[in-house]
Amino acid sequence: MTAEPANESASLNQADTGSTEPVVVVEDVSIIFDVKPVLQNISFSVQRGETRIILGPAGGGKSVLMKLVNGLLRPDSGTIRVFGEDVTAMRETDLFKLRARIGMVFQESALFDSLSVEDNVAYRLHEDRVPDEEAHKRVVEALQFVELEQTIAKFPPELSGGMRRRVSIARAIIAKPDLILYDSPTGGLDPITSTTIIELVIKQRDVSHTTSLVITHRLQDAFLLARHRFNIQTGKVEPIPNGGIDDSTKFLVLNEGRIVFDGTTHELVHTTDPWLKEYLA
Amino acid sequence: MPFASPESFAKQRIAAIQDYSVLSWHAIANIFSRPRYWADIYTQMDSIGVGSMPIVVLTGFFTGCVLALQSATSLQEFGSVSLTGNLVALSMVKELGPVLTGLMVSGRNASGMASELGSMKVTEQIDAMRALGTDPVRKLVTPRLYATVFMLFFLTIIADAVGIAGGALVAVALLGLNASSYFHNSYRALVYGDIAQGLTKPLFSGFIIATVGCYFGMNTKGGTQGVGKSTTQAVVVSSVFIIIVDFIVSRAMIGIFGR
Repeated sequence: MTAEPANESASLNQADTGSTEPVVVVEDVSIIFDVKPVLQNISFSVQRGETRIILGPAGGGKSVLMKLVNGLLRPDSGTIRVFGEDVTAMRETDLFKLRARIGMVFQESALFDSLSVEDNVAYRLHEDRVPDEEAHKRVVEALQFVELEQTIAKFPPELSGGMRRRVSIARAIIAKPDLILYDSPTGGLDPITSTTIIELVIKQRDVSHTTSLVITHRLQDAFLLARHRFNIQTGKVEPIPNGGIDDSTKFLVLNEGRIVFDGTTHELVHTTDPWLKEYLA
Repeated sequence: MPFASPESFAKQRIAAIQDYSVLSWHAIANIFSRPRYWADIYTQMDSIGVGSMPIVVLTGFFTGCVLALQSATSLQEFGSVSLTGNLVALSMVKELGPVLTGLMVSGRNASGMASELGSMKVTEQIDAMRALGTDPVRKLVTPRLYATVFMLFFLTIIADAVGIAGGALVAVALLGLNASSYFHNSYRALVYGDIAQGLTKPLFSGFIIATVGCYFGMNTKGGTQGVGKSTTQAVVVSSVFIIIVDFIVSRAMIGIFGR
């Protein structure tokens, strides 16, 4: 195993919070849209500091699962606990408070068109009545993280798809959340831009050790996440030496609303499941 | 389009009424608890109120003009052209001012609200707002509701005033009436009940425009095509509701004030 620095910090993070309970626990969740079952009997958990990659073909219910975890949708059956709280039974007003600990990056960025990049990134800070000076400072920091500080005064329609996605990441991380949900952060982007986005996810994982769920249907993105790490000294993402893999990164594969795999990168690449082997080929 | 059974059709309609009622109730009640988005309310007042001024002024003015012109033809048969002022004032203040202003503002703003919120819905901006810990009804619907109700009240007063002025222009310039007698008759024709009736209607119309526009916007499905559908539905439904509620309010006011 070659990702010790990340694991050490993850353990520290766990010790800081004094809890070993999983951050996300999904138990026997099913949801039907009209008459079509979108998710059926989904159960898995995400430990503190873990990066869980949700893989699978398009239309397999990955985004719905992400919205269920954030309480944006309610399942027809089953329970979802986030930070120990049952989001399936919470009132919307209580969910708003819980979501202060969760950052979410949407599939199409979902930036507010009528607000500038600064106001988009600072949205949560403005809602929390953070003084303007401090909010500006934190926006600059967040934009520096995604290397887009020059776009601070621009509006979302003036940005490219990749830039919008990076601003969306800045908006998700500005409040230093304990859980980040990335809903297809590379969807619809060219390979080079996709790599840039995934490198930001790696950087966030290895610098802040935030628990995260990352949806993707691109295998190369998933394995880039599993096999690379952020080097704080060089400030660059590099392959984990000796073909190593990051222990905090695990996989969940969904197909047609069902879990077909739940485990580590090593287990995934050595799977004997015929469908999974074909999918990974 | 698939054929829906009468049962599922009825269920869908009842569910829609329930959703509309819940949305309207929350939109009203949100103003009584924190956080309140005053800046959004003022922005919407500017957009809805000041932005609708030109169409309301033009509609009111030319309605007053045409009302004077048309009524003069009938009044001439009874030798009562001098009563043109009475007719224009009563019609504008009790009926045409509130209804036409409501319909014009509905055409401009119910569509605007449905398309804006609908676009936000299909691009997941509404979900993003919820994910960022903000109640979209509180942030988006409540400001539009209070801004519309407040501004429609004043827009109606403006429409009434310019309508009477338009009638005066026609009466003086085309019918050869005395301006002083026109305004005197207009003033004399109106009693407290007429004003109360005319200014109660925009409160209902404003409520309908904002809640219907926001309801269709917040329930938009199906991408850009869905946004177009929501926009059309919002204008159609709010316009029809305004006319139906106008009748109900008129009947109630006649019952209360006796005219």
